[in-house]
Amino acid sequence: MSIDDQTFDPVQARNGKAPVPGRRIRIRTEPLPGAIGAPAASTESAGEAQLHVATEAIFEANEVGIFYGAKQALIDVTMNIRRGQVTALIGPSGCGKTTFLRSLNRMNDSVSGFRIDGKILYRGHDIYGSNVDTVEVRRRIGMVFQKPNPFPKSIFDNIAWAPRNLGMRSGLSERVEKALRGAALWDEVKDRLKDSALGLSGGQQQRLCIARAIAIEPDVLLLDEPASALDPIATGAIEDLIHSLKGRFTIVIVTHNMQQAARVADRTAFFSLETRGERPIGTLIEFDDTEKIFGAPRDPRTRDYVTGRFG
Amino acid sequence: MRLLPRGEQPPLDPTLPLVASGNLRRRHAASRIIQSLSVAAAIAAVAVLVIVIAAVVTHGAKAINWEFITSGYPTGVGPYLVGTAEIVAIATLMAMPVGVLIALFLSEYAGRRWTRPVQLVLDVMNGLPSIIVAVFIFSLLVAGKGQSGFKAAVALSILEVPLIARGTQEVLVLVPSHQREAADALGVARWRSILTIILPAAAAGIVTSTLLSVARAAGETAPVLLIDSLAKGDKVQLNPFHEIPNVPVRIFQLSEEANPEGFTEAWGLSLILIVIILALGLGSRALLNRSKRKMTR
Repeated sequence: MSIDDQTFDPVQARNGKAPVPGRRIRIRTEPLPGAIGAPAASTESAGEAQLHVATEAIFEANEVGIFYGAKQALIDVTMNIRRGQVTALIGPSGCGKTTFLRSLNRMNDSVSGFRIDGKILYRGHDIYGSNVDTVEVRRRIGMVFQKPNPFPKSIFDNIAWAPRNLGMRSGLSERVEKALRGAALWDEVKDRLKDSALGLSGGQQQRLCIARAIAIEPDVLLLDEPASALDPIATGAIEDLIHSLKGRFTIVIVTHNMQQAARVADRTAFFSLETRGERPIGTLIEFDDTEKIFGAPRDPRTRDYVTGRFG
Repeated sequence: MRLLPRGEQPPLDPTLPLVASGNLRRRHAASRIIQSLSVAAAIAAVAVLVIVIAAVVTHGAKAINWEFITSGYPTGVGPYLVGTAEIVAIATLMAMPVGVLIALFLSEYAGRRWTRPVQLVLDVMNGLPSIIVAVFIFSLLVAGKGQSGFKAAVALSILEVPLIARGTQEVLVLVPSHQREAADALGVARWRSILTIILPAAAAGIVTSTLLSVARAAGETAPVLLIDSLAKGDKVQLNPFHEIPNVPVRIFQLSEEANPEGFTEAWGLSLILIVIILALGLGSRALLNRSKRKMTR
């Protein structure tokens, strides 16, 4: 595949053959079905791939509880996040969905007083295991934050920074272009790659941050309310982007916007505050296919929330 | 007005015109007194600086000419200026890496438990009288072994370290935490983020605090008086392991001289020193403000 025909095609991405053939992708322990050796996958095999992907968990959270000092933020979360899918975490403010998301790549480690109970397995490995290197965790599980946070560098250098520092120096400008195309930003910035990233609009900055995250080809992308600081048009662009990244990356997205979850997610988890003992603690109420969560939720609390009867 | 017990206010009548009532006039007066006292104190501080500069300029200006600046002992001060630049440069080269590393420790590595005590130590070091550092280095390196410019630079670097460390730390904490988070989330090791994201963002601040420390070191007299005061100053001395002629010692010698010529020359050299120090100080402040604006935008 040459650089020129890499404009991102969602269908192609869903077929799961998006990673560029020929580039060694260290992080995948096994290829996505249909990814390598079958570049022109037929629709049948793509269907099989989806079926296969849908049964495989990339994260297995088991009775996870999270504490900040004496305060418990999250209790008893057990869920399997499937590979290659988009999983949305929704719920009211303070219900622990962002806390849970950040615990998936150990971004909470630097928060003072942080403590976690239970187990989170990533591809079978305990993320909080004693010999686990947090830098390696984050290299495989990338994250995009609520507020766009580009570095005060040029657009090119923003994308190239991580590959350079991770020793992926060969084909750097191709890599940057591919990441920017992948984030649907290439056409807007290709003529000003040397300009400061801080001169971009908020929506462009956020897509730049997504491009920066996918430039090192992580295995998983965690998105923490990626569109909450953006206007509806920029939000739409981010959602299209999430669709196009589906299949290529496993995506976990926290969002306040229920329509957004309904639009982008294969599965949706509803978190809420439950009073256990004296204080309200965030917990997982229901986790199911997105259509079920929004169409036929089993739990009355989920129904109240998704129909807007909550708080 | 009804007589009320001391401190007691009459009940508020909301229909009265909106002028000061009750004890408000007295409170206004007290407030004006405090205000004028603090204004006076500020004026006094500025006045001292203005008077000092005015005295130096009026007395020293007539001593200054090209011959005075370029020639050596006994008519000029050239070798002294070069010598001070040399000593301060060596001191800064030693102090800057240490100061920046301390600042990195404080802002990136030390937890809350270590930041405060180390900061306190630096602040105490910053207030340390230079004569104490001078005596310490004198007894350690000079007594029985002889003077040298390098030994004076060691003493000056001790005085510079806390200035550079605290100044750098101040700008490092201004580097937004979301940038560290962004770097962390990309799976890049911390030292690389520090080298390529955090330090460049704080570069202007590091230069600034270094310039400020240079300004301080250039004028410090006690260390050079004890450690590097025997150079004759008739020629430029570039070897740092010899005695190096320098400005503060020369000002001291000139002011000790019996003839009035010497006094004028002392003023003249003081003027040169003060201009250099003011330029460094004001320049670095301007640089710092610019970079702070850029970062907190």
